[in-house]
Amino acid sequence: MKYMNILIALSLFLFSNTGFAEEHTVGQKNKAFSVKQIKIKKGDVIHFENQDPFFHNVYSLSDSTTFDLGSFPKGESKSVTFNTPGTIPVECAIHPNMYMEVIVE
Amino acid sequence: MNTKQFKLFTMSSVLVLALLGISQIAGADDEIQMIFKAGDLSLQKWLLADKPPVPKHNYPSHERIELGKKLFFDPRISRDGNMSCATCHSPMFGWGDGLPLGVGYKGKILGRASPVVTNTAYNSIQMWDGRKRDLEDQATGPMEASVEMNTDMHAITKLFSNSGYKKLFDKAYPGEKVGPATAAKAIASFEWTILSNDSPFDNWVRGDETAMTKQQINGFKLFVDSDKGNCSVCHSAPNFTDNGFHNVGLKAYGEKNPDMGRYVQKPIRVLKGAFKTPTLRDITLSAPYFHNGEASTLMQVMDHYNKGGVTKKDLSPNIKEIKLDKQESEDIVAFMQALTTPPVPFDLPILPLD
Ligand code: HEC
Ligand code: HEC
Ligand SMILES: [Cu+2]
Repeated sequence: MKYMNILIALSLFLFSNTGFAEEHTVGQKNKAFSVKQIKIKKGDVIHFENQDPFFHNVYSLSDSTTFDLGSFPKGESKSVTFNTPGTIPVECAIHPNMYMEVIVE
Repeated sequence: MNTKQFKLFTMSSVLVLALLGISQIAGADDEIQMIFKAGDLSLQKWLLADKPPVPKHNYPSHERIELGKKLFFDPRISRDGNMSCATCHSPMFGWGDGLPLGVGYKGKILGRASPVVTNTAYNSIQMWDGRKRDLEDQATGPMEASVEMNTDMHAITKLFSNSGYKKLFDKAYPGEKVGPATAAKAIASFEWTILSNDSPFDNWVRGDETAMTKQQINGFKLFVDSDKGNCSVCHSAPNFTDNGFHNVGLKAYGEKNPDMGRYVQKPIRVLKGAFKTPTLRDITLSAPYFHNGEASTLMQVMDHYNKGGVTKKDLSPNIKEIKLDKQESEDIVAFMQALTTPPVPFDLPILPLD
């Protein structure tokens, strides 16, 4: 019985934590993001991976989620956890034509 | 192996080696191997479309282009009646002004060089710091700027309603209000015609083997080779610009209170001291070089890149010491000289007086 309580408490804890964060990868290739838009769940992680033979940046200056991943070369990736629901524009500062939206549900 | 067989063997291995020797250099701009042979398929991405994209809300009709040409050359648009767009963007200087920094209202020296307007209609972002989206958006800027034309908006609306201009506006933009906004659209239509897309390099890409010298072809190889010039990382196909922003380490950036460039528009660290990559088409017509004119010749530009820039603070990670020797630097300069479309005589417009 005692065990049961702990189990229930444990599972409640796990499920209330909105389940498991998923991981997604978005590439940067030919001066474009590999997707124009991506739908993810609150708490999910996106790895931005540079596949071009020169540096890219990734940033967002949106009200809810602000980040600047600096610049990184081919083969490297940097990650962002999205914790606030909404539509978040993500851009590369070096190449302003590189633009995508992350929709956090 | 008898001698005959041996001869055959050496001959075929020489052939194989020669074939491999058709230097296939991985272009810095993508992974497709470029083959440096006139007309090769792998080179076609360097050709510009005959005409730039047609703006959605401002179709460049003949009437609009003609009106825009007059406005571009009309000094009466400026407050003092002595400065037109063409003062700083003159066909006599490859649509620039030949000066290290622009010279504005009452001789005031501006903070930056006048860029060329050549091929701007192919680009997706305008100004050294990208603060304007398109040419329609750009053209009212210099009129409004107190340091540039310092235009009296009331006075030019009056100028545009003289019978000559009124007729041209009505034909170009029937039913639209005559004023600075409409004038800006017409000017954008004229700028849409200022092109450089028929250089010796273009002819070589199209298949004319004699269009470029051996030295120029070698210069092109070095230009795209990521282990040599690495230039096409930023000066990419087809307009020799990535429409992007980089700090290339100019000397001026090491001085006190430097021009922060794009960073003022977008406060992201990589943009500190970053400026837009300019086209290199018609580059021989628009010295001096860089946004402050700090290089007088293309060879000085090469010296700059060979050192990996002068000021290393906030330097673009795409800039490295390329350390080319004199011959290689000269080859790249020779290649850049092949990017100029032979100029044709330009007819100045007659301006409406009343
Ligand atoms: C006093 C000199 C001067 C005059 C007059 C002038 N410009 Fe400019 N122009 C400049 C300078 C300097 C810049 C770059 C400013 C910057 O980026 O901060 C510029 C930028 C531009 C650009 C952007 C080009 C690019 O590659 O980004 C265009 C297009 C342009 N001007 C068109 C015009 C038009 C049209 C007029 C007339 C209505 C005009 N200019 C009048 C000096 C001038
Ligand atoms: C990291 C990107 C980058 C690389 C790599 C690069 N450039 Fe540039 N280039 C630029 C930018 C940005 C400017 C304008 C900088 C400024 O004025 O602040 C420029 C300016 C120039 C200019 C002057 C153009 C003008 O109208 O004033 C020339 C010429 C030039 N580059 C040639 C080259 C050559 C040749 C190479 C290779 C050896 C090269 N560039 C490599 C980004 C780059
Ligand atoms: Cu980028």
